[in-house]
Amino acid sequence: MAISRDEVVHVARLARLALTEEELDRFAGQLDAILEAVGKVSELDLNEVEATLHPLALSNVWAEDEPAPSLPVEDALANAPDREDDAFRVPAA
Amino acid sequence: MRPPRLRCLQGSRGTPGGRLGDGGTCVIDTLRLTAEEALGLVERGEISGAELHRAYWDAIAERDPELHAYLCTVDEPEGDGVPIALKDVISTRGVETTAASKILAGYRPVFDATVAARCKNASLPLLGKTNLDEFAMGSSTENSAYGPTRNPWDPGRVPGGSSGGSTAAVAAGLAPWALGSDTGGSIKQPAALCGVVGLRPTYGTVSRYGIVAFASSLDQVGPIAKTVRDCALLHRVIAGRDPEDSTTVELPEPVEIPEAEDLKGLRIGVPKELNEAEGIEPGVTEAVDRTIELARELGAEVGECRLPRSVEYGLPCYYLIAPSEASSNLARYDGVRYGLRVENGDVRAMYERTRDAGFGDEPKRRIMLGTYALSAGYYEAYYGQAQKVRTVIRQEHDAAFEQFDVLVSPTSPTVAFELGARTANPLAMYAADLLTIPSNMAGLPGLSIPCGLSEGLPVGFQLIGPQFSENQLFRAGHALERAIGFDFVPERLR
Repeated sequence: MAISRDEVVHVARLARLALTEEELDRFAGQLDAILEAVGKVSELDLNEVEATLHPLALSNVWAEDEPAPSLPVEDALANAPDREDDAFRVPAA
Repeated sequence: MRPPRLRCLQGSRGTPGGRLGDGGTCVIDTLRLTAEEALGLVERGEISGAELHRAYWDAIAERDPELHAYLCTVDEPEGDGVPIALKDVISTRGVETTAASKILAGYRPVFDATVAARCKNASLPLLGKTNLDEFAMGSSTENSAYGPTRNPWDPGRVPGGSSGGSTAAVAAGLAPWALGSDTGGSIKQPAALCGVVGLRPTYGTVSRYGIVAFASSLDQVGPIAKTVRDCALLHRVIAGRDPEDSTTVELPEPVEIPEAEDLKGLRIGVPKELNEAEGIEPGVTEAVDRTIELARELGAEVGECRLPRSVEYGLPCYYLIAPSEASSNLARYDGVRYGLRVENGDVRAMYERTRDAGFGDEPKRRIMLGTYALSAGYYEAYYGQAQKVRTVIRQEHDAAFEQFDVLVSPTSPTVAFELGARTANPLAMYAADLLTIPSNMAGLPGLSIPCGLSEGLPVGFQLIGPQFSENQLFRAGHALERAIGFDFVPERLR
């Protein structure tokens, strides 16, 4: 077994997903099968191989340190589900 | 069903393609009209941008209720040029952008993606936003939270995915051209299944600023159209370095619109593992083999080559890296600043319930897969290892390109499958990407052109080149396209 139901519960919590019991049962089986399949990568001995972090050999792409207008506050709040003055309002922690 | 007809200016000459002349009047056949022809009509003043837009609007009214290629359409065209459809992962200022998810229902971006802005600047008015698999995760457009898109060649079948809305729109004459996005094959594969042309550009040549992110080291926006020349014309509009996206670079040479109709001097490699992979339908192989033979007749040198581990380990490599990156990119959907919010207690409950209500099954699966693969204790074995496999894939392709200019294969192992055929089995769905994934992992460009039919459904031919070789792909694709003579209008719509 590549991933147990308990591990799926844990992962769902980490990913902030409130799954129902039915979803947990369904996903546990599917994730197990998928992880089994993708685990195939461990068949290869790649100790001597460098990881590819990025498809292009780019490094240190800087922007000029010039001030420019930021996103206006009204734009930033335009899609807010709940706002109060110039802030997003959310339930307490 | 007859395509919509539109009266044109008296006395205009008839031109080939989408113009039907009889005496002094003319009509627009959006099923047949290419973007290049439309550009010509507008430039010569034979038709106005508004009339052109109207023709597509009428076609959409007639055929989209059945096909559902569009999530939304724009009434008032802004601009006087050849209109375009944009996949709904592309932010369009003031126009709803949902990524086909409930979690972004009603979301209206306050800015344009760079590619959307470049289309606007080129006077390509927005026709509408096309359907996709939710968050670009899928190979059939069945994962859309707003219902699937149907294949114009057979509405009981999928258009492919995730850019199925864009490819179906072009194939059904609902847009002259469109933009899609490609992470594991999401432009190439649906282009193949719908019988149109699609380019997945070299990573870094098209800006991802304003694109709803799925996997940042893989996502690329690209053109979808009826012909290779149309794709090249559209690629010219969108490609090039963007200061807003630090992962973009200057193109080493300008985009060229292909002219040549032969392949003299072109060395074509046929990777054994891509062409003989498990699950490729015999009808697909037949069409691809015929096309390779055609390439020889056009003067290409054709030889076999090997990609020993790229195909076998490509799918597992992708289905580790892409979900891992997605688990990070989709963390922003939390109900705080935009999109759906479900409140039920404290802020943590808000995050959890919003995300459970807002995401469909496939995003949930991939988020969890990615979270697991990146978690402590598993990172090295899964994500770390997959990044090394990525290096191996890159090296194998580099080695092949020492002997060959272009590698070819089928784009998709199968023709369009039936709606519902693979939805119960995620792994069966993932197998649709078997042939498009390996070159994507290496950051390489790929062009899919229709090369024939199997069981009455389109077969796509994939051309893969080294980084920044789009002009070569366009040249080869155009010459083959002319020789193949594929009729891109779906048979049932002629």
